[in-house]
Amino acid sequence: MSAPSSSRRRFVKNAAGTTAFLLLAGHDFAARAAAAARLDDKPVFFTPDEMRFLNAACDCIFPHDDLGPGASALGVPTFIDRQMNTPYGRGELWYMAGPFQDGPANLGYQLPFAPQDLYRKGIAGANHYARTERGKDFADLHVEEQIEILTAFEGGAVHFQELNARLFFEQLRRNTLEGAFSDPIHGGNRNMEGWILLAFPGARADFMDWVNQEGAAYPFGPVSISGQKA
Amino acid sequence: MTSKRTDVVIIGAGWAGAILAKEMREAGRSVVMLERGPERSTATEGTYPGSIDELRGAIRHRLFQNPAKTTVTIRNTVNQTALPYRQLAAFLPGEGVGGAGLHWSGVHFRAAPDDLRLRSHVIDRYGAKFIPEGMNLQDYGVTYEELEPFFDKAEKVFGTSGEAYKINGQIVGNGNVFSPSRSDKFPLPAMQDVYTASLFRKAASDAGYHPYALPAANASMQYTNTYGLQMGPCNFCGYCSGYDCYMYSKASPNINILPALRDDNDFTLITDAHVLKVNLDSDRRKATGVTYLDQRENREKTIEADLVILAAFQFHNVHLMLLSGIGKPYDPISNTGVVGRNFVYQTITTSRAWLSGNQFTNQFVGAGGAGVALDDFNSDNFDHGPLGFVGGSPIWVNQAGVKPIAAAMNGGGKSAPRWGAGYKAGLVDTYRHSLAMDAHGSNMAYRDVYLDLDPTWRDSYGQPLLRMTFTWKENDIRMNQYVVGKIEPIMKALDARRYELGRLEHGEAFDTRRYQTTHLGGGAVMGTSPTDSALNRYLQSWDVSNVFVIGSNAFPQGMGYNPTGTVAALAYWAAHHIRTTYLAQPGPLVAL
Repeated sequence: MSAPSSSRRRFVKNAAGTTAFLLLAGHDFAARAAAAARLDDKPVFFTPDEMRFLNAACDCIFPHDDLGPGASALGVPTFIDRQMNTPYGRGELWYMAGPFQDGPANLGYQLPFAPQDLYRKGIAGANHYARTERGKDFADLHVEEQIEILTAFEGGAVHFQELNARLFFEQLRRNTLEGAFSDPIHGGNRNMEGWILLAFPGARADFMDWVNQEGAAYPFGPVSISGQKA
Repeated sequence: MTSKRTDVVIIGAGWAGAILAKEMREAGRSVVMLERGPERSTATEGTYPGSIDELRGAIRHRLFQNPAKTTVTIRNTVNQTALPYRQLAAFLPGEGVGGAGLHWSGVHFRAAPDDLRLRSHVIDRYGAKFIPEGMNLQDYGVTYEELEPFFDKAEKVFGTSGEAYKINGQIVGNGNVFSPSRSDKFPLPAMQDVYTASLFRKAASDAGYHPYALPAANASMQYTNTYGLQMGPCNFCGYCSGYDCYMYSKASPNINILPALRDDNDFTLITDAHVLKVNLDSDRRKATGVTYLDQRENREKTIEADLVILAAFQFHNVHLMLLSGIGKPYDPISNTGVVGRNFVYQTITTSRAWLSGNQFTNQFVGAGGAGVALDDFNSDNFDHGPLGFVGGSPIWVNQAGVKPIAAAMNGGGKSAPRWGAGYKAGLVDTYRHSLAMDAHGSNMAYRDVYLDLDPTWRDSYGQPLLRMTFTWKENDIRMNQYVVGKIEPIMKALDARRYELGRLEHGEAFDTRRYQTTHLGGGAVMGTSPTDSALNRYLQSWDVSNVFVIGSNAFPQGMGYNPTGTVAALAYWAAHHIRTTYLAQPGPLVAL
């Protein structure tokens, strides 16, 4: 573990780089791809302990198996980390005015927490639950126990201090899948391995000759926005 | 306060606004168009490959309304407290120049003749007692025959691709056998069937139904429209719904109408202009113009105008009428008033078939408007007498291009693991070998389903949010269950390895978290009487005669078909009557 002052400097440098990257206009993809390449994988939002949780939890949701790499190898925790420093992560794409009132689940999300807050509180709540129930932080448990805990969260009966565990689980599941399958320019889907799993062609977006080939599998591998080819 | 004067002020730069702007300019009137969102330019924002990004597009909602500034509140029944729709999910309104018309899918229908006069038709065929208590079944006040020239006009502007069935009473082709006669063919040939649509076409025929090509506002070949504007040929890229089309082949106000106005000195488009209200004179029977917030300067400004067109999308139109005091607000308890009454949607469920392991469905290939449909169970094309419900659904395969994040959220179907062991196998099988079918049905109007102003929550402009009181009713649930039952023979004819039928359950409540469509309607409906409509048959306010309200707000019921084709026809219809009658002699077009 390096000295606090140098890791703080690294954090600030990375955050500045991230902000510049994210301020680039969406259509300026070449510049975004170049900026993405300059970023290393040091987290810009989560603490090292929070990243340990994400690596473990995301791998439970989207595991490594015969079909291909799991979430951590795909860079999903990096994706989620970067997403926290976007308007989405800050809750700027949601209506966040009060008052905040509980209601039936089918009337949707009603908490005052942006994704940044959901992760901070959710990870803390998950680790608290793991320590209370199993004696260790989530990331230090065996995979089978981790899966049991996430299953309990998904079931809806577990409550953290300020939010229901199921809400946190669903947020995590959603962002994990986004991280596995979004364009690599966003930090996940490393080497397009998520797309390769699905035989999805990525940003090819031209199927003039493939409208109907009578059930034949589309034969070409994926390309990414920045021009990566598999 | 800065004030500007014009002949016509139009609120909203989507399809309705763009059509009215073009028509009013052709009539020689000056036009100011106010759009609260930003400029949208396909040439910069929509270029390849930067816009080919599922995360930025359909997931983070790049081209959609941001609810942070303004949203609605929603409840199922009058007994509940409505809560804010904080995250976009069930419906996805557009914002910015082009509105939803920029990111829509492109399915482009003409309303079925029976649907335009559904009340009269149901009474004629089944008797008045067939209409359940509490259902506000109404006629539009305009017939298919009256609208036909405007359906035709709109298709030629949109470059709609399709196959006709009957032209001037003669059968000419393989189109929808349930469709009414047309005066002309479609401007472009029908889009090709993708593999899954071709399988559905054959299976539907084998099951005894009558499949036809979906009419699509995606250009099947290069096209120059009525205004001299050009569209490119669709390449089935699959980034259709939710995106600005980089091939210029999906019709949008941005491509198909606005470029003809950009160099016109008497047309002014002001973006980032949020209209706060329509201003009325002291008698409240005439509009003097609008007040809007210039969001760049953070200052209120007014536009004075002789004619005010609300074209801000269905529920924003109703919201503006309520905020401005145009028409009497509806109260469900006393059953009085009309603004907010007959709020409707659509009743849609999806079914899925898994084909054999050597049939690859290539679900990422698609165009938003293309596919194969059947109308055997839509409108009143079948005998409702023994069934006891009003309405129906087309059934179709409309493969717009399924991309991996959306596919991953759905996973492997209802019985598959949602994560962890077995999840990926189920997802891969479903993505590579399945196809989806929709029952995309009607939704009737009910006394206790309506729009009004929320008592608690406000938007960032300080105005009360619009409140939606909406849920599914037994009539439409029974309709959906009946139609979905009719899908089963198609599944068998497909020789599907397995299939799942998606139905609404009895008593199921509307869930704001599950995407349906953005085909909301009603709330300021057109009709023949001010007792049950807010607008006359020319979409003119009964109360304020220099205000016209153009949009699906005019629909008294939600139809099974997608609404945009009918919205466009009604826009051209209203514009025609404004040009030929109203402008020379302003005042009510229908005597009270």
